[in-house]
Amino acid sequence: MTGADLAVIALESNGVKTIFGYPGAANAPFIESISHSSIDYVLSRNEQGAAHMASGYARVKRCAGVCTATSGPGATNLITAIATAYMDSIPMIAITGQVNRKLIGKDAFQEVDIIGSTLPFTKHSYLVKDVNEILRIVNEAFHIATTGRPGPVLIDFPMDVLKDEYKGGGGDEINLRGYKLRGRANEAQIKKVAEALKIAKKPILLAGGGVCCSGAVKEIRELTKKTGIPVLSTMMGLGVIPTDDDAFYGMIGSHGAKRANIIFNRSDLVIAMGTRLGDRSVANIKGLEGADKLIHIDIDPAEIGKNMQPYIPVVGDIKDVTKQLIPMLEGWTAPGEWKAEADELRERFTSKFEAADSGFVSPKYFLRRLSEITKSEVYLTTEVGQNQLWCANNFTIKTPEGFLTSGGFGTMGYGLPAAIGASKAQSEKPVIAVMGDGSFQMDLPELGTMRQYHIPVKMVLFKNDRLGMVHEHQYLFYNSNYQMVDIEGGSPDFAKLVDAYGIKSMTISENSQVDDAIRAMLADKESYMLIINVSPYEPTGESLNEENIKYIKKEA
Amino acid sequence: MEKYTLSVLVENHAGVLSRVVGLFTRRGFNIHQLSVGPTVDENISRITIEVKGDVYMVEQVSKQLSKIMEVIKIKTLKDQEMVKRGLVLVKIKSHPKNRGEIIEIANVFRANVVDISPTTITAEVTGSDQKLDAFLKMVESYGIEEIARTGMTALERGANTLKLDK
Repeated sequence: MTGADLAVIALESNGVKTIFGYPGAANAPFIESISHSSIDYVLSRNEQGAAHMASGYARVKRCAGVCTATSGPGATNLITAIATAYMDSIPMIAITGQVNRKLIGKDAFQEVDIIGSTLPFTKHSYLVKDVNEILRIVNEAFHIATTGRPGPVLIDFPMDVLKDEYKGGGGDEINLRGYKLRGRANEAQIKKVAEALKIAKKPILLAGGGVCCSGAVKEIRELTKKTGIPVLSTMMGLGVIPTDDDAFYGMIGSHGAKRANIIFNRSDLVIAMGTRLGDRSVANIKGLEGADKLIHIDIDPAEIGKNMQPYIPVVGDIKDVTKQLIPMLEGWTAPGEWKAEADELRERFTSKFEAADSGFVSPKYFLRRLSEITKSEVYLTTEVGQNQLWCANNFTIKTPEGFLTSGGFGTMGYGLPAAIGASKAQSEKPVIAVMGDGSFQMDLPELGTMRQYHIPVKMVLFKNDRLGMVHEHQYLFYNSNYQMVDIEGGSPDFAKLVDAYGIKSMTISENSQVDDAIRAMLADKESYMLIINVSPYEPTGESLNEENIKYIKKEA
Repeated sequence: MEKYTLSVLVENHAGVLSRVVGLFTRRGFNIHQLSVGPTVDENISRITIEVKGDVYMVEQVSKQLSKIMEVIKIKTLKDQEMVKRGLVLVKIKSHPKNRGEIIEIANVFRANVVDISPTTITAEVTGSDQKLDAFLKMVESYGIEEIARTGMTALERGANTLKLDK
């Protein structure tokens, strides 16, 4: 048995069914061993695509996603996707080939220090120096990636280690005395949370992506149902409470819902759960620190006090904390006056649409119809830009797993491969990739992957011939000096492009065509692309700036 | 800005130091001084880091360091609770006429003269930052050819030790 065989056995014993990857000389022994195993593989068209696929797969299947690349450029192509996974705490194992041990440090062909390159955005990484370490390292990697605050772990295998004969030995036991997993959260701290809630006049719960990582969706829903506390979310926390639920008041942040930001500002107690309170979420929130207002609950102690100093910190797993909190709040409900105030704000600031035809489709109208027609029984992936925020604010998101987006890193090119990964993870629900014509072109070669493996991703392409997010930014902050945002001259005929891959499409330009188009897309068994003409002056949302509202009026 | 001293036990693995130092760079923390060395347990090294900042920053540094897999234990030491020492080797310009004078200064600072050449004296001093600075200031006027100075290393006073959790 070779080192590669042993690595594959270790992957199997950690439950791996599918690997996404791209081959090269250095990881060739590993790929050879996969062919003799129960593990299925998907060949991407770029290593970055493979790692995003692993991310989409991980998020839907709630396990570590595995990707592989060869040494040097193969490994560096993974980098953006590993950083994307790190920022959103996605469990991932990245397996890279490396040059032979004796060539390391000699600038050998296709050599790169991938451990050093990825140090800032991996949870941990290993260079395997001996075949006897393989079982232990792979087991540790899975343990680290999937426990605590999840994240990507990279294992770098020199080619000769993969080829070495394994004669038994070395052991498979995890040995991580420096890895400090949290036990049960401190009950006294949770009691303080309960006490603070009971005297609060305007409490809210802010759900972040950590709620999903913790698998605490059920518990949070129970808590909100029993107490009626208004819930807001960050982008990664969307779906913790269904976005059409009475208890949910919207996504906060610079691109969140206006009503959510107003409610956040007016509240007198914020219970932030599993969120790093990042700049895009709370930059415009005033008075959060130093006013006995912020309670911060997170499994990662380093998140507490990193961006904001809370007045009650709780370090612990959200699920455990919520389970302890629920009985302490028995009989307590959020003040009715506050709920009425929040309801009134929701009513006042929920935008209504004109669904009249205008030569362009309203993406907001489209996404509302898409969630109504599918009942949101889908996995929706997004790219990054206007398409992402239109989805976040207008598509009804029922579960956090149902909405796959690059929240922290904001990686264009994420959605299409993530959708491929989500499709490989399950076949019960359709997977819909919502994209802009800019971001789609970042990873469009993955159409080949989709086609080759008959992965039935439904693609929604909002075409405005612009890099819309930046276009809008230049309108707002650069005096409408539109530079480097017009892609019209170079865009392909998207219908012909997907046709070249044997993928069917339909193009629409009016709101009245929306329902039929959605139904046609869903009825098709294969992958399909809906090309939707959208105005280049369609605003992203409502919250960024009052000026934003005027955007469409001025330019139209 | 105050000085804080962190005593950190880490696995004696290749690459651990770069993980620790890299963390300081990318999180925007400043290392004032650093020293690394083995411990009684050959599998464990001790890194002593002196940082300048406020109490929140030091707490963040400590929490972020804890997330490194190879970091086993961290303790922030206060000035009055520890003995802290650094070492400096200094090559001082000298000729036979002032040699005695320099050696006299060295004696006051309990510095050892470790090498002599026709034109230089090399002295070794250990002690607190202030002591090392004071010695260097005293010999400055003779002309300092070269200095090699270590980062501070520290141990807690009394019977307490930085023990591993069992």
